[in-house]
Amino acid sequence: MTSPDTTNAADTVRSGRRHDRVRPGIPLPLLLPALAGLAFLLLPLIALLVRAPWRSLPEQLTSAAVWQALQLSLICATAATAVSLVIGVPLAWLLARTEFPGRGLVRALVTLPLVLPPVVGGVALLMALGRNGVVGRWLDSWFGITLPFTTTGVVIAEAFVAMPFLVISVEGTLRAADPRYEEAATTLGASRFTAFRRVTLPLIAPGIAAGAVLAWARALGEFGATITFAGNFPGRTQTMPLAVYLALQNDPEAAIALSLVLLAVSIAVLAGLRDRWMRAA
Amino acid sequence: MTDVDDPKPATTPNPPHPPGLNAHLVVDRPPFHLDITVTAAPGEVLALLGPNGAGKSTALRALAGLLPLTTGHLHLDGTPLHHTPPESRPVGVVFQDYLLFPHLTALDNVAFGPRCQGATKSQSRTQAAAWLDRMGLKDHATTKPRHLSGGQAQRVALARALATNPRLLLLDEPLAALDARTRLEVRAQLRHHLADFEAVAVLVTHDPLDAMVLADHLVVIEHGQIVQEGTPADIARHPRTDYIAQLVGLNLYRGHADGHTVHLDPGPAITTTENLTGPAFVAFPPSAVTLHRNRPTGSSARNLWHCEVAGLETHGDQIRADLTGELPLAADLTTVAAAELDLHPGASVWATVKATQTHAYPA
Repeated sequence: MTSPDTTNAADTVRSGRRHDRVRPGIPLPLLLPALAGLAFLLLPLIALLVRAPWRSLPEQLTSAAVWQALQLSLICATAATAVSLVIGVPLAWLLARTEFPGRGLVRALVTLPLVLPPVVGGVALLMALGRNGVVGRWLDSWFGITLPFTTTGVVIAEAFVAMPFLVISVEGTLRAADPRYEEAATTLGASRFTAFRRVTLPLIAPGIAAGAVLAWARALGEFGATITFAGNFPGRTQTMPLAVYLALQNDPEAAIALSLVLLAVSIAVLAGLRDRWMRAA
Repeated sequence: MTDVDDPKPATTPNPPHPPGLNAHLVVDRPPFHLDITVTAAPGEVLALLGPNGAGKSTALRALAGLLPLTTGHLHLDGTPLHHTPPESRPVGVVFQDYLLFPHLTALDNVAFGPRCQGATKSQSRTQAAAWLDRMGLKDHATTKPRHLSGGQAQRVALARALATNPRLLLLDEPLAALDARTRLEVRAQLRHHLADFEAVAVLVTHDPLDAMVLADHLVVIEHGQIVQEGTPADIARHPRTDYIAQLVGLNLYRGHADGHTVHLDPGPAITTTENLTGPAFVAFPPSAVTLHRNRPTGSSARNLWHCEVAGLETHGDQIRADLTGELPLAADLTTVAAAELDLHPGASVWATVKATQTHAYPA
């Protein structure tokens, strides 16, 4: 994808001020930093491939510990995405389609987890849902429900961090969608909810899918909030990123192998996303 | 919504409202202010005609319930609807660009309304199929809107609106999205379907031809107010504003009548056959104007004005001359006559109009 560009660009540099064949007029002060930027982003990934323990890889990847972490990661990321969809899409609709006092503030608060350091998110979740948390105390004493340091806790931490991606993406799609379709539906006797369910939802489905994939990818890579709120118990709360970090201390080769798996998943997501965006556009 | 004159509690009887539409629509959206009263009997087709920005679409949205009334009322067959949300009003809307749901087939678009009204999936589809059949779209039931032609989409939109059995059908510029050729055909079809419709239909348009062909009663709106209403023929014969006069292709002047003479203010006097006193309009068609390069002598025409050609426009085999000078007016003449007179912008001409071709009426 990037290699033809790189060769072309290299030609430009070599051929100096010659303007035949190459795209004319790319100024050097822009081109050189651009190439440096590209190299900066690609080099670490290439290094990962170079240093990968290819020989022992099959063995590494088939170990029970890796599968356990991968399985947990996939389940938790998917569950977190599902949670985000169920409560995030209505939230996006509320932000895009209704007027209420303080809507701008609510919107800013919704996007806060996007910029908040995930560790802070984890601490905040502990304060809210921890055994002595504002809400967690009652969950514990009334229902005997404990959330921190459980698999459910992982899902909650991931959803907290990932949902804003979905909300922002769906809200953008909703704003771009023609609200008059909803009006047309109401003149046909549809309640506002029916109009949303039968008209708006199908119309914005591509945007929801794109947002869900983004949120899923973000949840899959979640580290800070997860380790703070859910801890690092293999088989229960140890997701792939946590396993990678832990492995790096004792067994760097295993860390690389695990990283390769996550890289592969990320590339697959990117490919899927690009397809979505093409179709949505 | 404030000050909406709601029917009082059961002790006082509802104000008597005959069947059909009785509405006083007031919408305040500074600087825009709409204040119109419309009534229509069942089976009647009412057209709201007016220039862009006159408030026609606002009125339509208010009737549909998509825009709240600031004050006023809306009664349909005696039932007050001004507090009823749009989904509960027995009102069907054909939107200007139809707004067919792009993800649904033509059949499912039409079935949407009956389904929302509680019909089962198969019932609503059966009804929808019958409507499509009536519109001559039997073969397009499974077609998605983007594969329909403009005329077909218009008919699906009409079928979708009618499938809810509305007591009030609203059409927003129903022919505006069509090209000139399709328009002619669809206009004729629409007229046919509206004639079959037994409840009230309200049509919003800026096209006088659409209004005159489709409607029984015209309401002309300018700046949020009704400036004139009546039958199409009545309005065409007695326009009361420049906008309507231009629409129907008439020269229109306002002045003060004194017997057979109407003194324009400012401007010359026009001799008419009608005998009137007081404020009056005088109208005559551009075809009634005769042009001369030299001051005619011995002409029987009492109305003679010295003008200058401001512009020339071709309409079919006719040329319309736009004249300024003593009296601004439009004159129609044949291409041959225009050539013989050597008409060109800036040319000085004498215009005559026979009194028998003018039409004066009280203002």
